[in-house]
Amino acid sequence: MTVDLREIALPRQVDLRVDPIAPAATRIGELLGTPLPVVPNTGSEAVLWLGPDEWLVFGASEDQLRTALGDTPGSVVDVSANRVVYELSGPDARDVLEQGCAIDLHPRAFGPGRCAQTMLARANVILHQVDAAPTYRLLVRPSFAGYLTSWLRDAMSAAG
Amino acid sequence: MLLIPCPWCGDRDETEFHYGGQAGVPYPERPAELTDEQWGEYLFVRDNPKGEFAERWSHSAGCRRWFNLVRNTATHEIVR
Repeated sequence: MTVDLREIALPRQVDLRVDPIAPAATRIGELLGTPLPVVPNTGSEAVLWLGPDEWLVFGASEDQLRTALGDTPGSVVDVSANRVVYELSGPDARDVLEQGCAIDLHPRAFGPGRCAQTMLARANVILHQVDAAPTYRLLVRPSFAGYLTSWLRDAMSAAG
Repeated sequence: MLLIPCPWCGDRDETEFHYGGQAGVPYPERPAELTDEQWGEYLFVRDNPKGEFAERWSHSAGCRRWFNLVRNTATHEIVR
């Protein structure tokens, strides 16, 4: 069984909504050191695409983002306490997720730098593939975290 | 289970979506002037065709965007 599950602490998370073609989006990209991803369901360790005008930003503070947003219409909300983050990694990680996730996680369709808001074992998750090991990050609401880790442990005992 | 094409996220399972009923039902121009019957008609009465039907869907477990699609209510085929 070559898969590892651990809870990780991520820097603060901020939900950002802004028009991606507004100058403010460019300013925010400069602040983060990477442009806001506009390809659906992609992202990095700095920012994930959540919707055509919505992103989940890691690390930057609400104040920094609000300053960069200026008077452009948008919203900046700290959601650090909103989700628990798990990291599932190892050669069998994809087998584990595929037991409860309907989207295609095969490398031809999903790889490093891809993310998805979807259902894993009937729980809403944000799934982000970090590297090709593969390492996946699962961001889940705290009230679902106990259930999801039990499910993951069970799936890990069945995989591989 | 339908496989619904979200315009942003691509094909996803029906369980990720929320159904929003008939698409293209316009809000009355002068709602205050409607009779109770006409208002009730606007609020509650929808087409129920056997065949192609324009519907609203929300990708509620994904990108949370609303979009329209045309589905055949008899065969479940998503036409466009």
